[in-house]
Amino acid sequence: MARLPGKEREQLKKIFKLTDKDVRIVMFTQEFECDYCKITRELLEEVSGLSEKIFFEVHDFMKEADLAKNYGLDKIPATILLGDRDYGIRFYGVPAGYEFTSFVEDIIDVSRRDAGLSKEVLTELSRIDQPVHIQVMISPT
Amino acid sequence: MANNYITADMVELSEFPHLAVKYNVQGVPKIIINEEHSIVGAMPEIEFAQAVLKAVGK
Repeated sequence: MARLPGKEREQLKKIFKLTDKDVRIVMFTQEFECDYCKITRELLEEVSGLSEKIFFEVHDFMKEADLAKNYGLDKIPATILLGDRDYGIRFYGVPAGYEFTSFVEDIIDVSRRDAGLSKEVLTELSRIDQPVHIQVMISPT
Repeated sequence: MANNYITADMVELSEFPHLAVKYNVQGVPKIIINEEHSIVGAMPEIEFAQAVLKAVGK
C-alpha cells in the first residue's frame, strides 16, 4: 500500500535534491510485524526510493538483538539515521504526520553532515563531556 | 550531531502510551533529559542548549 500520496512524492523528490552525501536509514522491526512497524517500513521504503543518496536497511529486533543493543534501542519500530557515523538520532514510532517534516529535515541535515545550529549553540554544546539522552515526546494530536 | 555524547530520540506516544504515563506527559512536545529533567513546549535553540547543560550540571 502506498503510504505517500503522489503529490507528496514529487515534493519530496525536489526536497531530496538538497541532499549532499549518502544517508543510511536503518530500521528495526520484527518477523511478526506490529501494525506500526509495517507502516513505518512501508513508509521508509517509499521515502528511500525517492533519492539515490538514501539507502534503507531493515533489521529484526529479536533475531538481531545484539545489533539493536549496539544501537541502544529498547523498542520498535525504531528508525536510525546514519551518515559518516552514528549521530545518535533515533525515531521511535512512525515518523509520520507532523513529525514527518522533522524526519525529512533530519535526513537533509545528516546528508549535509551539519545540523545547521548557530555557532553560539555549538560552542555551548561542545562543553558537554558526559552522555546525554534527550527524548522528545510527541503525539500526532 | 553537534556532540558525540548526545543521543536524541523522537518518541511517538500513541505507539508507546506507557511512556506517556511513565514520564507524566500532559502536553507535547515534552522533552526528557537523562530521565530526570523535563521541559514542556518549544524554546529557542540556545535556551534548549543551556537547559541541556544545566541538566548535566554545567
